[in-house]
Amino acid sequence: MAGRVERANSASRLGTPLPLVGSYLSKWGLPVIIGIGIIFPHVAGNYWIDVAVFWGIYVLLGLSLNIIVGEVGLFNMGHSAFFAIGAYTTAILSERFGVSLWLLLPLSGLAAGVAGYILAKPIIHLRGDYLLIVTIGLNEIIRITLLNNPLGLTGGPNGIIMLDQFRIFGHAIERPMDFYYLVWAFVAITVFVLIRIQRSRIGRCWNYVREDEIAAQAMGIDTRWAKLIAFTLGAAIAGATGTVFAAKLVVISPESFTFMESVILFCIVILGGMGSIPGVILGSAGMMVLPELLRNFAQFRMLFFGLALVLMMIFRPQGLWPSRRWTTILREGEGE
Amino acid sequence: MSLLELGDVHIAYGNVKAVKGIDLVVNDGEIVTLLGANGAGKTTTLRAISGLLRLQSGVIRFGEHELQAMPAHKIVELGICHVPEGRRVFGTLTVEENLNLGAYKYRNDSGRVQLGRERVYQLFPRLEERQRQLAGTLSGGEQQMLAIGRGLMSDPRVLLLDEPSLGLAPKLVQEIFRTICEINRQGVTILLVEQNARIALRVAERAYVLETGRIALSGESLELRRDPRVQQAYLGVKEAAGLS
Repeated sequence: MAGRVERANSASRLGTPLPLVGSYLSKWGLPVIIGIGIIFPHVAGNYWIDVAVFWGIYVLLGLSLNIIVGEVGLFNMGHSAFFAIGAYTTAILSERFGVSLWLLLPLSGLAAGVAGYILAKPIIHLRGDYLLIVTIGLNEIIRITLLNNPLGLTGGPNGIIMLDQFRIFGHAIERPMDFYYLVWAFVAITVFVLIRIQRSRIGRCWNYVREDEIAAQAMGIDTRWAKLIAFTLGAAIAGATGTVFAAKLVVISPESFTFMESVILFCIVILGGMGSIPGVILGSAGMMVLPELLRNFAQFRMLFFGLALVLMMIFRPQGLWPSRRWTTILREGEGE
Repeated sequence: MSLLELGDVHIAYGNVKAVKGIDLVVNDGEIVTLLGANGAGKTTTLRAISGLLRLQSGVIRFGEHELQAMPAHKIVELGICHVPEGRRVFGTLTVEENLNLGAYKYRNDSGRVQLGRERVYQLFPRLEERQRQLAGTLSGGEQQMLAIGRGLMSDPRVLLLDEPSLGLAPKLVQEIFRTICEINRQGVTILLVEQNARIALRVAERAYVLETGRIALSGESLELRRDPRVQQAYLGVKEAAGLS
């Protein structure tokens, strides 16, 4: 694409701000991290492997919400609704019809994506805090619907027990270590795809909409369509993650999909840095791993989160690892 | 012949009526200006034409198309481009990237984009010098040039300019308006919203004066410049005809 080449060539510019993602992870950083990731479950205990599994699941969820909140700037605080739709789709279809989890992965994604599209379509024009309140409402509607056991499908407050597991050549993925590799393989695939999307035309459209919707509209971008695509894609990824979550947790019940869960996902994106993929990975580490370290203070967990958010907004509003997409590309193109 | 025509247009923000029945005609190849005080409904009218706002009632005709129910991106594709008030360039993108975005309509035709950039650089040589610079680091005047240039990238038949003189030094205002005339000479019809009535009436052929959502006066710029009411209210001429 011509646009990409031109951007890469426009190297020298003023005001290159903070250090970049690309330059940190360039030569040896990424292989080292992957190496550590592969060795980790062989040296760590099952407990910490499990923590890493949940970290991975939250990274997936964070990445999916990051498309909506980070890339397009739509405040969605009901994201666990889509996660719930995916998890319940998986549990119901698996238990009743014995559908394979590998098939359910895209199927749950599709179900959540369709739900995301239908639910977002009438509210997508809302701005900022208005959208936020409506999405909170959606989250609660879905959760309470699940609680009420519609058509005897969801098992009410007790939820559904799902016994099936992912199988590779007849070998069930049950041990924490297997799960660890499975989840992080999904993370790797998702990150790869999302980086491609970030640099694509729709990715840039999303950013224009976030930076200045009026200007984007005046330039001829169909902002409504761009926002809907983001919402649908984000919901779909969250739904597919629901399958992994169901397989890991075995018991799927409404209490896993509360408003608080959506708040945590929202915090992951804000803490990490809106629109930044490494930011999301770091942010979910902050939200998942740190509380494990502070187990003894578990009842103060929300207090810490609140404090952390306030401090972040004061001292580092751009996030722990802010997105520097343009500059990253530019640095690579230097040396003309 | 009229290229753009507004018929009995009403626009409201909630319960507040901003535009109360405007009729307006822009002919092919003209520069027409909309004057008026703050809150008269000038920007609102422009936004309605470019599809950023919905009408309460009325028609907007562009050639054989009716625009009032059309989404903004379709209107850009038809050939109307809005350069919004306050410039709204993307500060974290370079000048060139901003221009490329303006050519979103030609996103599958890089030759067209290249031609568009050359045209803009010819009109605004300053932008060519700064093509690799972040738009946020440009001066106010240069950002205004960029905003206009970005609008031209979609090769519009009608350019809607909202307050191009906003916050600029008098010398720069002169320069921008000279280029606006040049753009018009290239065949682009221009509808200009301005607070600076003096310069707007100099470049425009015809003008409409808006007062609280209605058209109070309209006519040839030359006549309006001599009209005592306009002189008193918008040109700052104190000893209007009535006193002398």
